[in-house]
Amino acid sequence: MSSFRRRIQRILELYKFNSFENLLQKLSLGNQEFFHEFLSEITVNVTEMFRDPTFWIELREKILPELFSLNTNISIWHAGCSSGEEVVSMAIVLREMGMLDRARIVATDIDSAILKKAREASYSMKNMELNTKNYETAKGTQELSQYFEEKAGRALMDKTLIKDVMFREHNLVSGSAFSKFDLVLCRNVMIYFNQSLQNQVLKVFHESLFKNSYLAVGSKESLIWCEIANKFAVVNNEEKIYKKIKD
Amino acid sequence: MRFFKIEQDYKAIVIGGSAGSFQVISKILGQLPGDFETPILMCLHRLRHVRHGFVEALNIKSSISIQEPYDKEPIRKGKFYLAPANYHLNVELGNTFALSTEELVNNSRPAIDLMFQSAAYAFRQRLVGILLSGANRDGAQGMKAIHEKGGLTVVQDPSDCLIDTMPSAALNITPIDHVLNVDDIIDFLLSLDRKVKQNRI
Ligand SMILES: C[S@@+](CC[C@H](N)C(=O)[O-])C[C@H]1O[C@@H](n2cnc3c(N)ncnc32)[C@H](O)[C@@H]1O
Repeated sequence: MSSFRRRIQRILELYKFNSFENLLQKLSLGNQEFFHEFLSEITVNVTEMFRDPTFWIELREKILPELFSLNTNISIWHAGCSSGEEVVSMAIVLREMGMLDRARIVATDIDSAILKKAREASYSMKNMELNTKNYETAKGTQELSQYFEEKAGRALMDKTLIKDVMFREHNLVSGSAFSKFDLVLCRNVMIYFNQSLQNQVLKVFHESLFKNSYLAVGSKESLIWCEIANKFAVVNNEEKIYKKIKD
Repeated sequence: MRFFKIEQDYKAIVIGGSAGSFQVISKILGQLPGDFETPILMCLHRLRHVRHGFVEALNIKSSISIQEPYDKEPIRKGKFYLAPANYHLNVELGNTFALSTEELVNNSRPAIDLMFQSAAYAFRQRLVGILLSGANRDGAQGMKAIHEKGGLTVVQDPSDCLIDTMPSAALNITPIDHVLNVDDIIDFLLSLDRKVKQNRI
């Protein structure tokens, strides 16, 4: 709620509304364009490539090899993918494992403007120093610079990495399960939900996962306060990787 | 030993610090009893991309083991908490934490201002804010918020600080109840704890 309050305050200042009621009124007029702008402003899109490098090591060395040893093809869902850095990171890991062709990747977000950025996969060069450092700590086998071209202060990512990724608008709160996955990543998204929304969204993930497949949340998120936590087992507590153990 | 008269029944103590505050906070935490009751919530500027090591270093001296809370974790009596790397730590109504990855504030994530403001909103007059040594202005707005909600404000005496920018910034924009050196901050916290324990009996 604190974060939500600050976001609302920002929007009131940005659009020069003199009260919250004014904002609500404007929203209730049903202007789609304004609604999308509002969504873009209210959501927090801060992200980076290979965020929490040790998490990516765990994926590369344990989770993904196990999934590929059991299945010819696997499916991955990035829920709340923001501008796509997490998706690009996954594609790079898969390519370095020689498995990119064997993964079906779906990436969703509520914010259509940020999805557009994810599809473009063009990032400010300012962020690439951190991204590169993360990539190296995450035991990338190449140089991150191999995967992008620098142009006018932007890093244009190699588009073949994400050519098969399906980017879709999807609201985790009102939306339902739409497919089944072997691995769902929903990192640093549920921190913006209260406990009852978290419960609800966890049910959607539960429904979207095959039995014995994986759910990863942010390093400081925990499922233990969620209603259906007992349907999941902790696989790696440090990296917050869970396994669905019960239907 | 100095004695402080404590007027309120406080629900939490928030402490902010930056450059030059590590030794100070370490000393404070080492002098508090192992059954110190009021939860202490700390926001200290730290390397944004180093998840480990900091809390372990603080724990060497601390009488109560410090935790980096998870999102939606309840705030409990008798516990010490530290804002984790690369997240803002918020206090919510209903006595829980919430984390967020919003933009840097005062060049920091975690930002002291955000933690203090959210705690002031949740605990109102039943909050103590303590701001220690530091080289930027983070925390000043937070102290102002605590004062405005009727909470108690304490800064480390600028002349006692390695770098006094942070407490001085707070002193410039808001009334501060106590300006104390480290030993007095410790005595203040001990007085507060004694009061809590007396009230229980
Ligand atoms: C902080 S980003 C996380 C990006 C990435 N997963 C990471 O950990 O770096 C949070 C994203 O969640 C999205 N989001 C927030 N609420 C959502 C909802 N109800 N449904 C789908 N996405 C949502 C936001 O638009 C934002 O892009």
